[in-house]
Amino acid sequence: MKRILLSLILLASPVFAVEPDEVLDDPVLEERARVISAEVRCVVCQNEPIDSSNAGVARDLRIIIRERLVAGDTNEEVFEYLVLRYGDFVLFNPPWKPSTYALWLGPFVILIFGFGAVVLTLTRKKAVPAATLSAAEQEELEKLRSDRS
Amino acid sequence: MKRVLFLLPLVLAVVIGGFALWGLSGGRDPAQIPSALISKPVPDVTLPPIEGIATPGLSKADLQGQGLTLVNVFASWCGPCRAEHPILTRMTAEQDLRIVAINYKDKPEAAVAWLEELGNPYELIGSDYSGRGGIEWGVTGVPETFIVSNDGIVLYRFPGPVVGDGQRRFQDALDAARAAE
Repeated sequence: MKRILLSLILLASPVFAVEPDEVLDDPVLEERARVISAEVRCVVCQNEPIDSSNAGVARDLRIIIRERLVAGDTNEEVFEYLVLRYGDFVLFNPPWKPSTYALWLGPFVILIFGFGAVVLTLTRKKAVPAATLSAAEQEELEKLRSDRS
Repeated sequence: MKRVLFLLPLVLAVVIGGFALWGLSGGRDPAQIPSALISKPVPDVTLPPIEGIATPGLSKADLQGQGLTLVNVFASWCGPCRAEHPILTRMTAEQDLRIVAINYKDKPEAAVAWLEELGNPYELIGSDYSGRGGIEWGVTGVPETFIVSNDGIVLYRFPGPVVGDGQRRFQDALDAARAAE
């Protein structure tokens, strides 16, 4: 029973869209191709990386990535090739440049703002009653105290 | 001061809500990818003619110094292409526009039959059976139509069929491109 279960678990490995005829013979290049295609957004089904997309364009792009790698491109050159044609949009990891400063820094700005608000609230002094007791009140207080003792 | 602080959440909600409204209005479609080719020269691809048709193929040189040109990416297997075809045909005839095409991932026989049935308004047609030409052009699917300037610069990319509301938007872009020429 355990064996059957184990073999079932092994069979249930994640399914990828990469088709057998696309896979490169060189395992190192193939691994790099997989890493790159996991970072590239499919232009048809937009929340999927091309690595797991069944769209025709995604398949074409996977093949192109492998061709570029075989031709000796670095990973950066492959990304550059894709960005030239489809823009930054195809990158799941947006680049650091003036138009994305707000995107990268926004969360930290909000965090600092929130932290500041928390610190401000916690360190603010409790308001102290301003006036001291009047003479009549003081007298009454003394009276109550002496009554008790 | 306290009062102003009490208003802060409301102000934040208005700002975020306003941003959301802005995103939803004005025909903005998050699924539309901004083209990387705008204001750049047309990609350097040479596509052969479709077999079995007299219309010549399409290369980069064909888009330079020939006046404002529409580049329509179509395929016989694509339904919306069929819908926009008569509109593009009429538009280019009425406005005396040059239109060329990229036949995307299509079998030559099917493309020829399609053009015979619906008419061929194209001056040149490049056959892109592998789809590689389409990738150079940053095509995400068919149909797509580009407006290319006289100097061979991509001025505008319109993904989807040029029909209805899309036709209006396309015509606006076309008028703007003509005014700029």
